[in-house]
Amino acid sequence: MRTGVARSGALSKEELEKHKVYPEQERLRRGPVAIIECIQEIPCDPCVYSCPQNAISLETLSALPKLDSEKCIGCALCVPSCPGLAIFIVDLTYSKEEALVHLPHEFLPVPKVGEAVDAVDREGRLRAQGKVLKVRADPKTDRTTVLTIAVPKHLALEVRGIRRRSR
Amino acid sequence: MEGDLIEETDLAIVGAGPAGLAASVETAKAGARTALIDENNRPGGQLFKQIHKFFGAKEHYAGVRGHDIGERLLAETRERGVQVHLDTVAFGLYDRTIGLMADQKTASLRAKRIILATGASENPLVFPGWTLPGVMGAGALQTMMNIHRVLPGRTVLMVGSGNVGLIVSYQLLQAGAEVAAVVEALPKIGGYGVHAAKIRRAGVPIMTSHTVAKAEGKARVKNVTICEIDERWRPINGSEQVLDVDLVCIAVGMAPLSELAWMAGCRFIYLTQLGGFVPMHNQEMETTISGLYVAGDLAGVEEASTAMEEGRLAGISASQSLGLVPEDAAQKSKQDIANRLLQLRGGPFGEGRLQAKELLTQAWIQR
Repeated sequence: MRTGVARSGALSKEELEKHKVYPEQERLRRGPVAIIECIQEIPCDPCVYSCPQNAISLETLSALPKLDSEKCIGCALCVPSCPGLAIFIVDLTYSKEEALVHLPHEFLPVPKVGEAVDAVDREGRLRAQGKVLKVRADPKTDRTTVLTIAVPKHLALEVRGIRRRSR
Repeated sequence: MEGDLIEETDLAIVGAGPAGLAASVETAKAGARTALIDENNRPGGQLFKQIHKFFGAKEHYAGVRGHDIGERLLAETRERGVQVHLDTVAFGLYDRTIGLMADQKTASLRAKRIILATGASENPLVFPGWTLPGVMGAGALQTMMNIHRVLPGRTVLMVGSGNVGLIVSYQLLQAGAEVAAVVEALPKIGGYGVHAAKIRRAGVPIMTSHTVAKAEGKARVKNVTICEIDERWRPINGSEQVLDVDLVCIAVGMAPLSELAWMAGCRFIYLTQLGGFVPMHNQEMETTISGLYVAGDLAGVEEASTAMEEGRLAGISASQSLGLVPEDAAQKSKQDIANRLLQLRGGPFGEGRLQAKELLTQAWIQR
């Protein structure tokens, strides 16, 4: 079985741990926070300039972005800024049963608020039914829609997209 | 330009892709009469097919979609008064004179300085069935899909997992097609993990150490057989899988489009990491033929962002050699661009290209 982002396209559990992609549990429990799934050194920096809290930093253009999760307020402005569509916001405080995931979406049709969507993981597997709570698409997101979906809490760190619908 | 008339200009640039456009902006800004020549009916090269947001830093237009960068560059060329000759083929280069053909008439354009920014062509992949309709290169597919809005297939096999293969797979999904799989002969995905992740979570399997064995169909592709290969690239018996696809897209790299540079008598160097034979050039982008410059994929296959920077560099160098840019201003601009190029070639994905460009510089010194 080939695993890892460079072999399958999906980040493995080991890669997520090794690169400390997730903030500490304690931080996750406190409120919405960004999760930057960028573990290869690519010359790229728009996320740094998208953040009004200055929570994202880079040592050099090709370094990996570092998130200061104490500064991050989970505003999601970084989500559409990433050309790699690799930034997500997770909010475990939404409700007792559900968490929110804010994710970038560039397919048509764009789902509407209130709609049920098929929530998929990094490997494209259907994991749950999600509900669309917010759809952000304005000139600033430049055609990268930011969807906010509610999913079962235990899947918040796994759901990373929604299944495309036929047009 | 008409008949056999010989026209004269300060700067002639062949190829109006990202490198040529950026070069023309610089030369026109410096005050050089600039003619920009392209065989296509619209400028921009591959830039207008790129609907994704670019990587890089702000100075490299990071976060802006490729076609929007194209629009910005075009607006600049218009503002600066660049003469753009479209539907015009540069068929020959004789010393400082370019042979042109437009409207079935030939003309000659004599220029004090010439910048070649002819780009690259895609590498073919030969396998049983490769001539069937429904087997096409990623460039053609992008032209049909993103420029003309025609989807040439519903279910696609992508061959090659470099950034082009990954990005075009994503664009196919955006256009409403299905991508049955991406096959990659190497044991590792060639392009950025983040591009791979986008299509993976959209359900596309990316199969490393796999290749296309054959495509079958009568009038067009009906199915394709893929198989696993071992570390010596031999097909593994029993690993064959048949996929029902009506389109096989080939994205296995590019090679510099170097005919004019060969014709001009430039010296070449073979560098695998830059796509093959590349005209030798110095850090000012000047070739072994004095007054003849290269930029973009012709000077080594890289990305649109590097092509634009190299175009600017060639434009400034050529203008400076005509005495149009003050020495210190030119030095500063060239240094800034060199720094930005260094940044763009940073990290593991740029390493090979950076080393190859350094080899080029050494070869230049020792020539």
